[in-house]
Amino acid sequence: MFPSSFDYVRASSVSEAISILNNEEDAKLIAGGHSLLPLMKLRLANPSKLVDIGRIGDLSYIADRGDHVAIGALTRHAAIESSDVVKASVPMLAYVASLVGDPSVRHRGTLGGSVSHGDGASDLPAAILALDATLVVTSASGVREVAAKDFFKGFLETDLNQGEVLTEIKVPKATGGWSYQKFNRRAQDWAIVGVAAVRNGSTKISLVNMASMPIRAEAVESALSGGASIEEAAALASEGIEPPSDLNASADYRRHLASVLVRRALVEASSN
Amino acid sequence: MEVTMTVNGAKVSKDVEPRTLLVHFVRDNLGLTGTNVGCDTSSCGACTVHVNGESVKSCTMLAVQADGQEITTIEGMAQANGEMHPMQKAFQENHGLQCGYCTPGMVMAATSLLKENPHPTEQEVRNGLEGNLCRCTGYHNIVKAVLAAADGMAEV
Ligand SMILES: Cc1cc2nc3c(=O)[nH]c(=O)nc-3n(C[C@H](O)[C@H](O)[C@H](O)COP(=O)(O)OP(=O)(O)OC[C@H]3O[C@@H](n4cnc5c(N)ncnc54)[C@H](O)[C@@H]3O)c2cc1C
Ligand code: FES
Ligand code: FES
Repeated sequence: MFPSSFDYVRASSVSEAISILNNEEDAKLIAGGHSLLPLMKLRLANPSKLVDIGRIGDLSYIADRGDHVAIGALTRHAAIESSDVVKASVPMLAYVASLVGDPSVRHRGTLGGSVSHGDGASDLPAAILALDATLVVTSASGVREVAAKDFFKGFLETDLNQGEVLTEIKVPKATGGWSYQKFNRRAQDWAIVGVAAVRNGSTKISLVNMASMPIRAEAVESALSGGASIEEAAALASEGIEPPSDLNASADYRRHLASVLVRRALVEASSN
Repeated sequence: MEVTMTVNGAKVSKDVEPRTLLVHFVRDNLGLTGTNVGCDTSSCGACTVHVNGESVKSCTMLAVQADGQEITTIEGMAQANGEMHPMQKAFQENHGLQCGYCTPGMVMAATSLLKENPHPTEQEVRNGLEGNLCRCTGYHNIVKAVLAAADGMAEV
């Protein structure tokens, strides 16, 4: 199984990558390739050209910036899971990175790739959504910032336009209570349902694999800020949400799981 | 497209299509057929090789992405005189294989694991190998082999 033919060019800088993208409509970025190549092998993606940004060294960093941690888009999952800065300032993110796939996947996959792919079944996009991260996007016309909650738009669809590169993820420090519940039944599997809970002032909760994109459990969040108990709030986990049905789980089972996992997440986040 | 990389210590250059996967490059272009293809969907780990010393599933990497990098396959693990790598010996001594199909990938994943965590617990070995499937052994002897290798390699 191999992809259909394409041209390949390795970009040595973000500006070079942007100018290639702007000159070729069907050109696509490749970072670690661990979401894109599987799609291309199945011929579900057929870019005319791959622009490899995987070697742009200055996009791979983790920096303490006072109230937040700045992570370069090309930082690999393995570097995030083992980073002392991330472990100290955003412990949930280090933990979630350690749950992605398996060690070999984490040696290649990047945070920027995972977030740009925006898969509703992915762990890291949901984590940065609950952490209220800000995404830094660079294009020929400059740099703009997008809040994570405005970034995910639909099935594998984000706020990124052709010609834009996600360059940095700014994650507010979150050393209060947190929990990440990943429910799966086999080693290295994707979450059937996952829940991220972060207590940082208010409580933020996001859901994995409950919609076509990562989403916040808004009904739970507003119930909690209105003084509801954990039990009451968790019962609202899938309020207004239409979860998918697939071979692993029916929509009803997902709704049930979401309530159970939100309750567990809230209990854990209130005790650590 | 011309790619040049170091494979098992030797520099190689080949002209390949950009869509050539690294696993096909080592098997078909270089004739190094120790690296197996199991699932072809990044799930089984049979195709695991090292890229710059780290385990990678070579069915999910393009040969052009490996241009200029250091690749090690199972053929590069033994010494030039044929003496096996301590991990290979540990698999042999602990009966860590039956049909052997998963073994090259297991050995590559396990050596990468010990590089990052030289003294893993049994649970850490199991977690560290979660991307490598074995249909024969039930994993128990594989885990034993990796723990034995960790003990042995520490003395070297
Ligand atoms: C076997 C396996 C198991 C996995 N298990 C999990 C799991 O349990 N949980 C989980 O969350 N994920 C899982 N993943 C996905 C993994 O996390 C991917 O590495 C990640 O989603 C994509 O990162 P990448 O760098 O490989 O991106 P790529 O595949 O290179 O790119 C993905 C998409 O993002 C675009 N892109 C990449 N970088 C940028 C950028 N900087 N700016 C703009 N666009 C960009 C690309 O054009 C492409 O469309 C798994 C993958 C595999 C193969
Ligand atoms: S063949 Fe590459 S992971 Fe199975
Ligand atoms: S020994 Fe047969 S698959 Fe592992």
